Amino acid sequence: MAKLPKPSELAKISLTPPAKPWMDVVTDIRQGMYCHGAKAKNLAALELPNARDFKVAEEDWQLPEDWKETVLNGIKERLEKFRTFHVFMDICVRCGACADKCHFFLGSGDPKNMPVIRAELLRSVYRKYFTTAGKVFGKTAGARELDIQTLKEIWYYYFQCTECRRCSLFCPYGIDQAEITIIGRELLNLLGLNIDWICGPAANCYRKGNHLGLEPHTIKSSVEFFLSDLEDITGITIEPTFNRKGAEILFVTPSGDLFADPGTYTAMGYLMLFHELGLDYTWSTYASEGGNFGFFTSMDMAKRLNYKIYAEAKRLGVKWILGGECGHMWRVLHQYMDTFNGPADFLEVPKSPITGTVFDSAKGTKMVHIVEFTADLMKNNKLNLDPTRNDHLKVTYHDSCNTSRGMGFLEEPRYVIKSVCNHFYDMPEDTIREKTFCCGSGSGLNASENMELRMRGGFPRANAVRHVHEKHGVNLLTNICAIDRASLPPLMDYWVPGVKVAGTHELVGNALVMKGEKERTVDLRNEPLPGKAGAEGGEADV
Amino acid sequence: MPFIEFGGKQVEVDEDGYIVNLDDWTKELAEYMVSQDGMTLSESHWEVINFLRDYYAKYQIAPMIKILVKEIGKVMGPEKGNTKYLYELFPDGPAKQACRYAGLPKPTGCV
Repeated sequence: MAKLPKPSELAKISLTPPAKPWMDVVTDIRQGMYCHGAKAKNLAALELPNARDFKVAEEDWQLPEDWKETVLNGIKERLEKFRTFHVFMDICVRCGACADKCHFFLGSGDPKNMPVIRAELLRSVYRKYFTTAGKVFGKTAGARELDIQTLKEIWYYYFQCTECRRCSLFCPYGIDQAEITIIGRELLNLLGLNIDWICGPAANCYRKGNHLGLEPHTIKSSVEFFLSDLEDITGITIEPTFNRKGAEILFVTPSGDLFADPGTYTAMGYLMLFHELGLDYTWSTYASEGGNFGFFTSMDMAKRLNYKIYAEAKRLGVKWILGGECGHMWRVLHQYMDTFNGPADFLEVPKSPITGTVFDSAKGTKMVHIVEFTADLMKNNKLNLDPTRNDHLKVTYHDSCNTSRGMGFLEEPRYVIKSVCNHFYDMPEDTIREKTFCCGSGSGLNASENMELRMRGGFPRANAVRHVHEKHGVNLLTNICAIDRASLPPLMDYWVPGVKVAGTHELVGNALVMKGEKERTVDLRNEPLPGKAGAEGGEADV
Repeated sequence: MPFIEFGGKQVEVDEDGYIVNLDDWTKELAEYMVSQDGMTLSESHWEVINFLRDYYAKYQIAPMIKILVKEIGKVMGPEKGNTKYLYELFPDGPAKQACRYAGLPKPTGCV
């Protein structure tokens, strides 16, 4: 594995582009900047083409003989199918507004990470084979042959884009690079050129319903483990149900919440909240993943993996669906689920049984984001909260790309956090809300072999955290995304040591005063609450 | 595929050194992998490795770190039931390093 340079080394970023035009600069596929290629067994499990162990470092990528034809046919098909793709291939005027908006460009200085050039990598091929000017004038018209070097270059840079859409916010035409990357990755998947960090979880999800491959008894045992911790912390016995027919609400969350810290603390927060409300809900061991790594493969794969959510809602006969804290999960649910696998006419428009609020925003999908649900509870004064239990925390909030830019979800998370914390400090304006910087590891790039890429991509986000860390003493970075919870801790350890990471419902769980609870002396991490009697040392997060 | 040459056989491993076919695992192979990293296995290391293997046999995935921590605390005393102790045993992290020696695949997804 490539060794990760020290932060002081990595921070030396030159933003001066090479003198040569981009087409003449040969791309060096460098270790640390890419993920391992997909394994044969995972490609085969998903019935993806060209299933073989794909080794990026080897010269020969073992492509089918007609690979070029496959890609060109793939482009043709998608130009006809996706109007957005066709428009985005034609309309860029190369004004450069997007150039310095990409976190990967800011963290690497590599001009091919400017969104305009990332798109040009594919546009140049489009021009060559699909436009008259490109066919006749070639390079002069910005066109180039699709050869193996070009293909590898597209692969390298399309897996250095997290589909975060920050660039599109600044594009005067609204060109959405994420849409281009999505199509680019679809084309690469026609040749079996996926990465294993996407393909592995997607294959798990196809076989077992979730990215981690948790089996039903494993899910149940993980939840039971949280319950035993919660009983120690609160003195309260919580008894959730699984796969229960006739429940009012089906709850679906990313499987990372059931496995990896600090997501597990977020899951504990959900369990506490639902118990306190007496919510008539059920977990499912079938629809056991809200996230969708199929979305980083192709639209068809996303649709296939998404299917189980409505299917399970129908099987159990619930009225509506509540979803946990996740980023890309909501991009799929909010924008695509209804057309992928709907209409969910067997469900009702979600209505909070506690406040009576009808969530009109989820009229189509019938699925509500938990932060919206909780914000509504708080707004209606339905929760007994003690924010002083979070007084040792100085909190900032990282807007996840998909929930902020993809859903316009800006106020609800802040409202929830401010209701349970007394010390909240937003990061600078240009780095939050719609303009939020990506964690650097989204869209399935949160592997371990590409740490340099992740630390570079996360640099602008980390820089903004550092600002509030130095100015206000911020020591906790909250979020509402499972990839964030997995990827931000190493990012903070690398660039801003001393800042921990938490999901929003962990803080809700800490502050929630539950009926019949014993005096809290530790938080959900089993760490002593300052100022509370009897506090003993506990386990730090890892 | 890369492989480890051991006992006159080639044992297939992935790019990060994890055994591909879990049935290839033996105690001797684990000891060999550890020796390649310039370490030796104490009884405490084996306690962790055996727990990981038992857990995997039952649940088809490595345990959450906090489950491992709790278990080790139960078996080896509360003063050892913490991640600091596990990191002392496995400096690259119990999730990564101990799982590799135990012959378990690496968890994937939002982790």
